[in-house]
Formats: sequence, structure tokens, C-alpha cells
Amino acid sequence: MKWTRREVLKGLGGIPILGSLWWAGSASAITKKKERSEILEQLNIEPSLPTEVPPVTGDAVRVGIIGFGIRGEQLCRSLGFATKEWRADMEEEMKENPQNKALEVFDSQDKLNVVITGVCDVFDYRANRAINSFSTAENKVKRYKTHQEMIRSGVIDAVVIATPDHWHAPMAIDALENNIHVYVEKPMTHTIEETYRLREAARNSKAVLMVGHQHRQTQSFKTAQDIIEKGVLGHVSLIETSTNRNDDNGAWNYDIHPDANENTIDWDMFLGSAPKIPFNKNHFFRWRKWWAYGSGLSGDLLSHDYDRLNCVLNFGIPDSISASGGIYTHRDGRNVPDVLQVNMEFPNFSTGSSQVKGKEKGLTFIYSATLGNGYPRPTVLMGHDGTMELGNSLVIWPEGGSTKFAEFLEEEKMNPGVPIYYYDPGANIPDAISSATSQYFADKGLLWTYLNGKRVDSTWLHMREWLSVLRNGGKVSCGIKEGFEEAMTAHMTGLSWKLGRRIDWDRAKEELIPIEGIDFDQALLESPDLSADHIRV
Amino acid sequence: MSETNIKRLKNSVAFLRVLIGWHFLYEGVTKLFNPDWTSMGYLASAKGPFGWLFSAMANDSIIGVIDVLNWAALIIVGMTLILGIYERLGALIGIVLLAMYYLAHPPFPGIEQINVEGSYWFVNKNLIELAACIVLYRLPTGAHFGLAYIMNKKSKSE
Repeated sequence: MKWTRREVLKGLGGIPILGSLWWAGSASAITKKKERSEILEQLNIEPSLPTEVPPVTGDAVRVGIIGFGIRGEQLCRSLGFATKEWRADMEEEMKENPQNKALEVFDSQDKLNVVITGVCDVFDYRANRAINSFSTAENKVKRYKTHQEMIRSGVIDAVVIATPDHWHAPMAIDALENNIHVYVEKPMTHTIEETYRLREAARNSKAVLMVGHQHRQTQSFKTAQDIIEKGVLGHVSLIETSTNRNDDNGAWNYDIHPDANENTIDWDMFLGSAPKIPFNKNHFFRWRKWWAYGSGLSGDLLSHDYDRLNCVLNFGIPDSISASGGIYTHRDGRNVPDVLQVNMEFPNFSTGSSQVKGKEKGLTFIYSATLGNGYPRPTVLMGHDGTMELGNSLVIWPEGGSTKFAEFLEEEKMNPGVPIYYYDPGANIPDAISSATSQYFADKGLLWTYLNGKRVDSTWLHMREWLSVLRNGGKVSCGIKEGFEEAMTAHMTGLSWKLGRRIDWDRAKEELIPIEGIDFDQALLESPDLSADHIRV
Repeated sequence: MSETNIKRLKNSVAFLRVLIGWHFLYEGVTKLFNPDWTSMGYLASAKGPFGWLFSAMANDSIIGVIDVLNWAALIIVGMTLILGIYERLGALIGIVLLAMYYLAHPPFPGIEQINVEGSYWFVNKNLIELAACIVLYRLPTGAHFGLAYIMNKKSKSE
């Protein structure tokens, strides 16, 4: 058999094409992989592994719930107790949206060794709701009229406080003084004076205090700590965080329950230290809108953003805070601002430097909030060598002018437009979130995190840590030091907005620098009635 | 059709065959050599009437097998079409693969398109490449350009 050149070409022409493609494809993939591992080696970031805590062994921890509203119910679910009503709602939602995983996550949550033995709520409907769902044959949940009675009942080891802000400190202090363990929602206190008093009580108590900043359990934040420690971003001079919401729930206009009236709500008990006013359902259900009971954006949401970053950077209370803003989107009688811009200064803080010693020092932390637009502005940490976007996932971009990465940038192995690191512990797990407010919290890493690829509620982790520490000893990740810093920062912000002035902190003395003629706590609590000027709701 | 026209047609289809083979092979090889590659995101984000089926394929327990099948199929299609042998089998596998890619993210009105560079309404490049594979299946050209040419000559001379 004879072959002409033409015949060979026609028969075997495909082989060199195949060979070249194989070579080109493999070479390109291998080069990319090599460059990638070179960058990763340089960064040397260790994605954090889930923290293990010793289990709560022995008798179940007997928990009393103080405040069984929206947050109180959520906290109980983290403890492993869901109301029948919530279960029914979730089953309904799952029918409409099979991607909704809330019930599945709840049911697969490991049981904490806890029993709910008491509830304290001034609204009959809510107290009964807890009793009906959480009582069992062996354990009837008891309703207490006051927190004092519950704390002194002798059948409670720990309390979970999810009341309006103005009740946080009085209850937490009373519990700690009686050596009852406390899980208290943020902000930890409502005034400056209370913040010191609660710190004193916590220091002197044998009981364990945990403040409800559950994101300290989020995996991406733990990884972010490693990134900062390794100096990947270089000197961080600016941090931007924000709150962006545009819905009734996000603006604290919660539903008013039809059973609510003067006979079903202990109004005097709700008011506590707040100014005496006639029964008002709007104030009862939507208390976050008034300084008398809440603290608006500064205590409710800035406190989370501040603590998220304080847990990564550990920068403590800012040296000064200037805030501005107003009631621009919800003129419905509220007196807390709904648009708020806050500059927090840390002139002596540094995350380390890749440049000449002494050139870089100081950081501004901006918190910017509106309740009139939901565009999701990310949390960004801006360093000389890199930029980090931080939420439930984490992305790092190299900086064009970086000193540390100059060589990589020069060789075009890095490009300012292309991320050099991406961390997403829950990548590719499809999820559905039911409301805009949940999405807001989820994006920030405040709602859940991932343990070995499985979605878990970060509040469950936070509770688990608290229970483990109160039984086995150890240190909680958000104790009195962190709570003190968070509360003080929130109060300084509130004061700055209310007074229209810069508020300074004396780090050495651990106190606010006085302003002549101003009583800070009086200013903080002042709750003007704006209902005449605003629309009626 | 005149002899010359038939020859021209065969040349054109063989050219089309090599280009499609090229496309498949390169996709397959880069996936094979990239240990980080996975089709999980693509499958998990599937939309349209068969979205549920593709999402199920993204399950942790089977995604490894799905990934191997994907790059292996891409490479088989690429090799058969470029070499011009078993090309009808290659074209068939190509049709099945492309039909799956098309259905996982179908360009139907009302379905969000992710990572697409053009504007599509029912017809997109996956569907056109699928149609081209049908042509390759109907008009094998391996005996005109490819290993099948050598096989034929050998069997004729034996």
C-alpha cells in the first residue's frame, strides 16, 4: 500500500491539531494554577476552622426568658425551642418556596442541654405563647410578673434578656448580683452611667455575661482576623460600613398585635424608667423608634457594625465620634434618626505597615446608614496593600499602589481589578431568604455561618459558647470588655447626633471628655415628642 | 450535486467539524488540568423548567462524578471530531451535552441570564452549536479528512 503526502495529510491532519490543543490547554491551566499558588503562598492566609467548645454535660441549664417578642423568639429557637405558631408559618412558607431552609436548619440543629423553665413578658399573649409551646409534661414553663421574682426563684440558672434597651442593664445587673448567668441583647445598656455599673456588676459576679453579638461566631470574620494579623492589607486607613434598608420591618414599624390593649399589657412595667405617658401601642411594639426605650440606628445597627469590625481589629472605643443625619425617610412621630452618618476616629491605631516606619498611623471608621434605600453597600476595609470586602464571604483585591505586592503587580501576576483571595464557606449552597431585613443581616454575616459546609445559625453558636463557658469555665467571645466598648461607642454616637458636636473619649481615664454645661446621660435620654410635626401613623 | 460541489461541501463540513472539536477539546483539557474547577455553581444556579434536575446534580454526593463525566465527555467529543473517527458517536454526545447546557440556563423570556455576553431569545450559541452537531452527525466527513480515511484505504487494500 502506497501513501502520497496528500493522503497522509488527509488521514492524519487532525493529530497535530489535537496535540497542540492538548498542550495549549494544559499549559494555560497549569500556569494559572502555579501563579495562583504563588500568590496564595505569599498571602499565607489560613481560613479559620470552626471553634470547638466543651459540651454542656450534666443537668440541663435552666433558662428564664425575659422578653418574648421578635428577638426573644429568635433567641429561643437558637436554644432549640420553636413555637408551634412559627413552625406552622415556616411550613406554609416552605410550600411557597421549597428553597426556604429555616425549618430544616432548626430541626437539624444539635440540641443544647437547656430547659426553659420561666418566662417574663408584660404582654399576656406573648407570655402564653411561650408557655403553650415550651411546656412539657415534666416541665411546666412558669410565668413571672417581674424579673426580680424570676431571678430569685431558685429554679433558674441563667436568663436571656431581649427587652427594650432601657431594661437591659437593670435586669442584667440584678441577675449578675445574684450570680445568675446573663445573655443580653445589644446594645448592652441605655445610658453611660449604666454601662459602668454593669461592668462593675459583671466583674464582681461569679456568673457569666454574654452580649448578643452573634457574628463573633461567623467563620469569615475569624478568617479576616488572620488576614489582618498577617498584614495582607497593609495599613488600613479607612473602613466603610453601612445600613441600607427600605422597608417597614427594617424601619422598625413592626405589626401591632390585635390582642394588645391596656388589660393585656402591663404598661407601667414596660415604661420602667422611661417618661410616664398614657398607654400607646405604637410605642409598645415599635419602641426602637424612641430614645426613651431604644437608641435607633446607633444602638441597634451601628453597634453590630462596630462590633463586627472591633472583633476583627480589636481597636476599642474610638478617640472621637462625629455624627450627623436626621429624620428624613420616616416622619411618623419617631425621634431617632433614620439617616445617620458617623465618623469614628482612631488616630493612634494601625494594622501594621509595609512602608517606612512611622509613615502610616491612624484610621477612620465610617458608618453610613439610611432607612430609605436598600442598595447593598458592602463593608470595605481599605489598606495600602489591599482592599477587603467583608460579609458572610470575603474578597481581597490587591491595591495598585501597594508596596508589599509591587513585584507581583509589576510582573502582572496580580491586577488591581482581579481579586487575589476569595473565601466563601457556604459557596454553592443555594438558599432562600424570606425578607429584605433577613437579607440585610445575612449579607453582613449576622444571620448564619457555616460549620463544615453545613449552614448553622450564628446565634446558636453564640448561645452554645455561653452555655459551655458557664458550665465548664473559659472565656466568652463577647463578654463585658467587648460589651462595654460596643455600648460606649453607641452612646457616643447618639450623643454626637443629639448635641451636634464631636464627642471625645479619654482612653487613659476610660471616660468621656466632659463638655461644660452638658449632662451626657440627660442628653442621651431626652426623648422629644415630634408627633405633632410628623404624620400620624 | 456536481462532484466539485460535493467536494466543497465535504471540505466545509470537515472544517466545521474540526472547529467544533477544537472548542470541545480545549474546554475539556482546561477543566481536566484545573483542580479547582467544578460545575457545581453552574448546576446549582440552573434556571427554567428543568432547573430542579440540574440543581439535584449539584448535590455533594454526586458532583465529583458529574464533573468527571463532563470533562471526559468534552474530551471525547473533541478528539473524535478533530481526528475524524467515531465522529457520529462524538456528534451525538456533543448534542446531548449541548442540550443539557442549553436547558440548564435556557434563554427563555423571563429567565435571568447570568454570564452571557449577548442578547438571546430562545436561540443562543449552545443551540446553534447543537444544530451544527446534527449536521456533523448527518454528514460524516472522517473518510474525507480524518483517521477514517486511512481506515477505509487500509480495508480497501486488504
